[in-house]
Amino acid sequence: MMEFLQGILGNEAGLTVWTLLKIVAIVAPMMGAVAYLTLAERKVIGYMQVRIGPNRVGYFGLLQPLADGIKLLLKEIILPTQSSKGLFLLAPVLSIGPALAAWAVVPFTDKLVLANTNASLLYIMAITSMGVYGVIIAGWAANSKYSFLGALRSAAQIVSYEIAMGFALVGVLMVSGSLNLVDIVNQQGHGVAGGSALSWNWLPLFPLFIVYLISGVAETNRAPFDVAEGESEIVAGFHVEYSGMAFAVFFLAEYANMILVAAMTSLMFLGGWLSPFPASWGVLGASGFIWMALKISLVLFCFLWFRATFPRYRYDQIMRLGWKVFIPVTLVWVFVVGVWMMSPLTLWN
Amino acid sequence: MLQNYFPILLFVIVGLLVGVGPILLGWLVAPNRPDPEKLSPYECGFEAFEDARMKFDVRYYLVAILFILFDLEITFLFPWAVVLKELGAFGFGVMVEFIAVLTLGFVYMWKKGALEWE
Repeated sequence: MMEFLQGILGNEAGLTVWTLLKIVAIVAPMMGAVAYLTLAERKVIGYMQVRIGPNRVGYFGLLQPLADGIKLLLKEIILPTQSSKGLFLLAPVLSIGPALAAWAVVPFTDKLVLANTNASLLYIMAITSMGVYGVIIAGWAANSKYSFLGALRSAAQIVSYEIAMGFALVGVLMVSGSLNLVDIVNQQGHGVAGGSALSWNWLPLFPLFIVYLISGVAETNRAPFDVAEGESEIVAGFHVEYSGMAFAVFFLAEYANMILVAAMTSLMFLGGWLSPFPASWGVLGASGFIWMALKISLVLFCFLWFRATFPRYRYDQIMRLGWKVFIPVTLVWVFVVGVWMMSPLTLWN
Repeated sequence: MLQNYFPILLFVIVGLLVGVGPILLGWLVAPNRPDPEKLSPYECGFEAFEDARMKFDVRYYLVAILFILFDLEITFLFPWAVVLKELGAFGFGVMVEFIAVLTLGFVYMWKKGALEWE
């Protein structure tokens, strides 16, 4: 296929078109997943609150995301008079760009990866940090008090939890010895438990796993850490002035980020595409994309479950959890893992 | 080597286009009927009586500064963590010293009340 394109278009153009096709093959299903994640969220939370959730548009509400999309498309995009127009329109783009671009290095199986670089994890850390600019610029540009407050809160919260997240990643790096995501998963495939669920990173790095998961919820501004939106106090926070497709892009970015955090949790702690069963179990023991998808869905379900279950944290509680609980916990566990690796009892050789 | 990073560059561009596309489409398709009331900043029904870009709590600056400090520590830890297996006990010991100093600083700022939000 690539040779065919290069034959027609020449070497460089052929490669570019072929890469673009691969990118579309990632982005298009991603948009579909985002759309149906919103439906899944409403259904799951509905059933958890003994309601049915959307069920009018299409069988079982399956056309609801489409209806939402068309409705948002037909709504006016409001540009408030006092806002900085350019920045106001730039913010949603800066928000979704990084959320999607991070997928360039995410492996779906050990072969199925667009760019298998040796600095994948660094790239993901860098590009996901860019997402906060979208929030800050949106809050600043809208020139509304609620937007401004929401952006401030969100920025402080995201940077606070990024530290705990970073320390949790240091633990993963220590045991896997690589920044390459394929290597990080493969390393989890051979442990004392023979590559089954017990040899993955979540067990020896359990405190880091929990810290990473909860920080992921906080990084994406999801309930119970959604003070940036805080619909009952600052109405919708940083995107209160956005409407129509400009709002929809923020919405897409939030859900794309959720899926990204779920994928990273699966890759780094839950063994990625590896099967939870020992390799001797035949079909069940074979690794494959289906396990990766199941693990991502499991983590996403937890996200929805948290939202349905927990009341919103107060802002000082959020900051206390991030700085006074998570950072000490991760510091201690990084030290423990280091001693463990240096001792004769080490699991990682 | 650089070939590995070319798809990433393309992906960043596609990601930004996915943001620009829907907004352009919405701008083309959606109605546009401006109205002074509609375009005024949202403030629960009454008119905004001052600029929204007001003074804010100094603690947000403090968080930003502390973030830069700690994020730098983490960037120091990253390369060390990747090669820890080769470094052995000596390399670990050196980093323990570094983390101990960092923890001292952390305890100091905790005691100073830099992390209080009440």
